Amino acid sequence: MDVSQYLDIFIDESKEHLQNLNTQILNLEQDAENMDTINEIFRAAHSLKGMAGTMGYKRMQTLTHDMENVFSEVRNNTVKVDSSMIDLLFGCLDALEEYVAQIQETADEGTNDNEPLIKALNNILESKGQDKPKEEPKSEPVKDEEKKEEKPESTALPEKWKEIKIGDTEQHVINEAAADGIKAYGLTVFIQESCLLKAARAFLVFKALEEHGEVIVSVPSAQDIEDEKFDNDFSVVILSESPLDKIIAATKYVSEIHDCVGGEIVPTPKEESKVTDIVKADGNAAESKEPVGGVPAPKAPGSEKKAVAKPVVNRTVRVDIEKLDVLMNLVSELIISKNSLVSVAATEVGGSNSAFNEQIEYLESVTTNLHESVMKVRMVPIESVVNKFPRMVRDLSKKLGKKMELYMTGEETELDRTVVDEIGDPLMHLLRNSADHGIESEEERIARGKSDTGSIFLNAYQDGNNVVIEVRDDGNGIDVEAVKRKGIERGIITEEQAEAMSEKEAIDLLFLPSFSTAKAVTDVSGRGVGLDVVKSKIEALSGEIETKTKLGEGSTFTIRLPLTLAIIQALMVNVGDEKYAISLGLIQTIESIPVSDIKKVQGKEVIHLRGNVIPLVRLRDVLDIQSEEENKPEMVVLIAKKGDRLAGLVVDELIGQMEIVIKSMGKFVGKSKLISGATILGNGEVALILDANSLI
Amino acid sequence: MDDITIIREKTQFIKIKMADEMYGIDIKYIDNIVRMQHITRVPKAPYYIKGVINLRGEVIPVFSLRLKMGLEEIDENKAFRIIILKVEGDNVGIIVDEVKEVVNLFTDEIQKPYHEANSGIPNFVTGVGKEGDNLISILDINEVLSEKVL
Repeated sequence: MDVSQYLDIFIDESKEHLQNLNTQILNLEQDAENMDTINEIFRAAHSLKGMAGTMGYKRMQTLTHDMENVFSEVRNNTVKVDSSMIDLLFGCLDALEEYVAQIQETADEGTNDNEPLIKALNNILESKGQDKPKEEPKSEPVKDEEKKEEKPESTALPEKWKEIKIGDTEQHVINEAAADGIKAYGLTVFIQESCLLKAARAFLVFKALEEHGEVIVSVPSAQDIEDEKFDNDFSVVILSESPLDKIIAATKYVSEIHDCVGGEIVPTPKEESKVTDIVKADGNAAESKEPVGGVPAPKAPGSEKKAVAKPVVNRTVRVDIEKLDVLMNLVSELIISKNSLVSVAATEVGGSNSAFNEQIEYLESVTTNLHESVMKVRMVPIESVVNKFPRMVRDLSKKLGKKMELYMTGEETELDRTVVDEIGDPLMHLLRNSADHGIESEEERIARGKSDTGSIFLNAYQDGNNVVIEVRDDGNGIDVEAVKRKGIERGIITEEQAEAMSEKEAIDLLFLPSFSTAKAVTDVSGRGVGLDVVKSKIEALSGEIETKTKLGEGSTFTIRLPLTLAIIQALMVNVGDEKYAISLGLIQTIESIPVSDIKKVQGKEVIHLRGNVIPLVRLRDVLDIQSEEENKPEMVVLIAKKGDRLAGLVVDELIGQMEIVIKSMGKFVGKSKLISGATILGNGEVALILDANSLI
Repeated sequence: MDDITIIREKTQFIKIKMADEMYGIDIKYIDNIVRMQHITRVPKAPYYIKGVINLRGEVIPVFSLRLKMGLEEIDENKAFRIIILKVEGDNVGIIVDEVKEVVNLFTDEIQKPYHEANSGIPNFVTGVGKEGDNLISILDINEVLSEKVL
């Protein structure tokens, strides 16, 4: 069987299982006795083995098989979990990840047998499972086989296909097919209880079946199966020229299929009358499944229990990110053309036709909703990237010989998929940085009166139109003087400059290329290719990074990222005779301020507003606008907020709120922080998007 | 033996006029030629970038070839065109005084220009071709779009 088409599913699922194993083994390290954890590990390892086997990745299969044996021993309480075993298991997971990475690149698992790992695994079995080292490991495979052995006595598995209601049309098709020598078979396919993606498995079964013939009926309906609205089995009627056993074999070849039973459907209308009294075909197939007349339901109690114990799984569809990108682009186009329709309506038709305007308004609300929905589809929790960090911190802790713990909150915070994909590396780097440079050695910590275990915090939360991710540690903090000395040493700054530098400016030095304060180069936080890369990556995502530190108490890196990258609600303003867009998310209020209210503090213009002293930023000056300014008694001020800081942006005129599509301006325009992009207005003109963040 | 012919390679260039000189741009770089349109100024951009335009829904930067080559700016007139170049997948426009026509030049007739090495002056011209009695300076697009200025 050609399995290459399942490669993507295989890779995705393997990664999921591996992530799950990583998490669970971490749990196991904390609580070696937890049976739930052990069972979960066992299940994940077992599925992984099955999948690797199906795809023909023998080395991967062997390694997971041996891991599974060890888990089996743990589950039977013949082997105790200890730290060396945990290390070994993590080693195995790393090896498996390598296999998967290799497969992803070349569709081949490579030639690394990972002998030492396999040997070590077998050593555990031999040394500790004193009774029968070779016998025990078999216990799981045997279980598998037991299940298979049950198969011939089909009484154990209800032949639910017999319950399928065959309608007139189908009966007709069956009869006609019989005339051509094509047989109709009924099949019931049982999926393993542990299977997580039943719909995907069912899909593969259907694919396999369609190679042999045509599926004419399925219970539950194909739609319900796709939506995972079924227990662990489904039944189909297939028309095929192949013999029954061949079809069953093809079905079983799909991984995580527990079993498949079937028989021939005799092409007589009699069948129909026999089945008509069964009330199941339409709609709520799930409930009506067990108590069907005539057919024994030996599994009923079991499956009922299952239904209760099964976690609530969201019904999901996997979609290629590229398809979403296409969708997003189409929505962008739609919004641009809607904007031009709006501007045409405003000028030419000019409110004379109220029905037309009503439709335009309706169109606006539809496109806004459409855009929001597409955005939501693209949002994924950052969980998928931060999940690997506990394991990483644990490894770092061992490697560096420092005690430390990672505390994470807000893993469920959602961000655009593309941002989530990109943010992993910078976060990893910051965590490593904290672990390596931040957290002190145990003795040092005790001497300072801190607890001997260092803490690293990763907090994520949404703040308006931004998502904030904080990496905080309670370590040494940044030694600003040391940074300055290093800067002088490196020739980045002069002594005089260092003297005059504020703390913040000194910290900014850390983000310059080739600046590392670590006294020794370690393989943990690298050779100074660190923070500058972090910074440029975050800026590439239109985000920013801020550092706060207190010597001896720790430091905090705060990353601020825009929620979406493509379409934003913006406020359009006139400055001089140019139009600019400012993200509405940053604007707190819009004020009309008499010019006479401007005060001067240290030579800078400020206004006093509801108890706050707010510095003014005149966009005319910032944007180098030449044209003459009218002398108006009042000015329009946008109060923008970033974190806990406020600023008043002075503009000439407000145009209004608008949904805009952000377009990149390409690399030639230079890297002014002031302008974060451009957008196309309804009349086809280009307006620039002002990054108010950079002004505050 | 008579049927041996020497195959001479030809390259197509778009002939443009800047001030009173003729220049050629290899046609492989050219995506489109459009009339002057509203250009949105970009603050803080290099002085030779006039701004950005909307080309079929994409925002692309526009250079002034005059400013880039150290020529004086003149008032916009009807002959002005924006040549849209495609370089390494990015579109970029350059404003030229006038677009003439497409010319075919034999590759082996294009001569290296006289250029003083290490003079510190960037060289935007890779060669000089002959079209009848006229000379056409072939522009080095990558140099023109670099940050160097004359």
